[in-house]
Amino acid sequence: MLKTFKLGGVHPAENKLSASKAIEKLTLPKSVFIPVAQHIGAPAQALVKKGDQVKVGQLIAKSGGFVSANIHSSVSGTVKKVDLSMDSSGYPKQGIFIDVAGDEWEEGIDTSSTLVENFEADSKKIIDKINAAGIVGLGGATFPTHVKLMPPQGMKAEMLLINGVECEPYLTSDHRLMLEKAPELLVGIRILMCALEVQKAYIGIENNKPDAIAHLQELTKGDRSIEVVPLKVKYPQGGEKQLIKAVTGREVPSGALPIAVGAVVNNVGTALAVYEAVQKNKPLIERVVTITGKSVAKPSNFLVRIGTPVQELIDAAGGLPEDSGKIISGGPMMGKAVANTDIPVTKGTSGILIMQDKEAKRDKVKTCIRCTRCVTVCPMGLEPYYLMTVSEKQIWENAENHHIMDCIECGSCSYTCPADRPLLDYIRLGKGKVGNIIRSRKQ
Amino acid sequence: MSKLLTISPSPHVHTSDSVNKIMYRVILALVPALVWSVFMFGFEAVRVTLLAVAACMAFEFVIQKYIMKEVPQITDGSAALTGILLAFNVPASLPSWMIIVGALVAIGVGKLSFGGLGNNPFNPALVGRVFLLVSFPVHMTSWPVTQTATVDALTTATPLALLKEGVNAGKPVSEVMLNLPSNLEMLYGNMSGSLGEISALLLLLGFAYMMWKKVITWHIPTFVLGTIFIFQGALWMLNPENFIEPVFHLLSGGAMLGAIYMATDMVTSPMTVRGQLIFGVGIGVLTVLIRNFGAYPEGISFAILIMNGFVPLINAYIKPKRFGGQK
Repeated sequence: MLKTFKLGGVHPAENKLSASKAIEKLTLPKSVFIPVAQHIGAPAQALVKKGDQVKVGQLIAKSGGFVSANIHSSVSGTVKKVDLSMDSSGYPKQGIFIDVAGDEWEEGIDTSSTLVENFEADSKKIIDKINAAGIVGLGGATFPTHVKLMPPQGMKAEMLLINGVECEPYLTSDHRLMLEKAPELLVGIRILMCALEVQKAYIGIENNKPDAIAHLQELTKGDRSIEVVPLKVKYPQGGEKQLIKAVTGREVPSGALPIAVGAVVNNVGTALAVYEAVQKNKPLIERVVTITGKSVAKPSNFLVRIGTPVQELIDAAGGLPEDSGKIISGGPMMGKAVANTDIPVTKGTSGILIMQDKEAKRDKVKTCIRCTRCVTVCPMGLEPYYLMTVSEKQIWENAENHHIMDCIECGSCSYTCPADRPLLDYIRLGKGKVGNIIRSRKQ
Repeated sequence: MSKLLTISPSPHVHTSDSVNKIMYRVILALVPALVWSVFMFGFEAVRVTLLAVAACMAFEFVIQKYIMKEVPQITDGSAALTGILLAFNVPASLPSWMIIVGALVAIGVGKLSFGGLGNNPFNPALVGRVFLLVSFPVHMTSWPVTQTATVDALTTATPLALLKEGVNAGKPVSEVMLNLPSNLEMLYGNMSGSLGEISALLLLLGFAYMMWKKVITWHIPTFVLGTIFIFQGALWMLNPENFIEPVFHLLSGGAMLGAIYMATDMVTSPMTVRGQLIFGVGIGVLTVLIRNFGAYPEGISFAILIMNGFVPLINAYIKPKRFGGQK
């Protein structure tokens, strides 16, 4: 029996159209827009101004606090302006516009593909390097990685979990990365283990990627400290709490962080970025992005410089199909629908999914027939039908004591509802309100 | 860009399942039992079923459109399903006008007076059936002889009624059993009774289909039938001269129809598995109590309606197991 988390979960059609497409380098764009807030936490402070010349890997915006991250230029060229522009959130955000000229890298960055295995086993130095390189969680949550590596006082990490689950349908960037960059990934994992001072790491991979499982198992043969854990395919297994439960059986208490059960979770993309930062001196300036969709001519996995307009990816994949109805940054379960294709690829962009017109529209909302499916599939053991009702009626007290804040917004409830009810829409609304109420009470 | 894109919050994909599919799959699951009824009761079964379905759909349309002033939802299959279940719960000889009255009570009182699909606390088909039973007790307990029967009569009694009659007359169960059909006959459905309840086997076939299509889960039917089996089994072991063996109660009357198709009505059953356990056990216990000690030979429709009344309370107090909740 394959391991998985126990409570709830769904299995949407996987549609991994680009799974067999090797990662290609995307041609450099003519210009980029690099937002200063690409992570959870305080935005970075821009260090450059109009007319400045920048090189690839140069620090252009400085971390704005402990929970924040540095931003580096992903291209070489001239800063056109520092101004507002729309990102995937749909709101105008501050960022740096750069006109690309050539591809000149900062000195000290090793751009060769030689594998560097040995590293200095100094936790503090490693964390400093990761911090300096502006690394954030590349699975999509974009939480600054150095913060995760420094557990709060009195807490100690016991193990590292590497998230190779990629439970979102369509997305294949992590899958390709595990196939093509496995040796580098494993060095990255060892570096992270050293930074956390743990002796054990687990790589959780869903069973729909048997090639990646076999490949990593082969490479970790004889190394007892890193274990590849094949998992049963079930969404949202890539959620931190679900992954920890699936791999270790431990349950992160309500309201607590994974470190409460001794676990630190990092995405495979993050582990690779850590390798490049520590061993190659290369800051986080590019990432693998899946561009996919049923009507897309060439579903692909591209290595893309941060700040590249999404339109460039679409062009490289054969252009925007005639029947496009929706463009999603991320996967279909948790990704954001975007309003235009000028928005940039950021650190958290794991994929661009183009949905057909007919898939894009929601069906008419019908009355709840109390089929219990939302309750059955909720991985947090909540009652989505009830939370939706109390959010709709604005009974925030009941929303709070029915644990609305535990919701991880995985969307399993809305996905599974036969009456097409917008459960998660209302629960998100309720979470926002209840969160504000809780915060104002603390003050 | 020229093209307008849809913007909506996640998730952006949706299951292909829908309310309509659920309803039509339940209807499909009932078809084998319906075919058997036509075989056993002849054209009368067709008349009752078609009339009940047509009446339920017509009342739903008229009331929604002209009284509630809503867009009628008769194509969602729920009114048709109520009609079939109502037909399955009455004798195949029931006069047509009574069926129409039953349909009006089921749809008008049982369902739409509460706001329609999803809002009714009680199973509409059972509301209709129980209304007919207390209003027209003679017609509702006159069972047509089946086409397989060899006796020359117009009406007959159900196995449960024969049992009740015998026990009430002071006869020991072993003697009463001589007049009852065998368990095998009851399993495939060679007995009289309400139109759709007679073949346990074909009802179970529909159950298997619904589980395969994930329309319902195994929980409620298993809890109901398991409780009937265990409770009746305990009574039987205590006093086999007064109480019949438990398998008889699983195969007779509306036990299968009620446990598989009525107690599992999504709208009127609890939201959590633990809640469903309380609900199912309650139905089982009440059924056995009514059948053995009550005035009526059959009690599962009352049992389901009574437990329907507890569902809001069960939902308020029985919560699902939370991730990271209590240790």
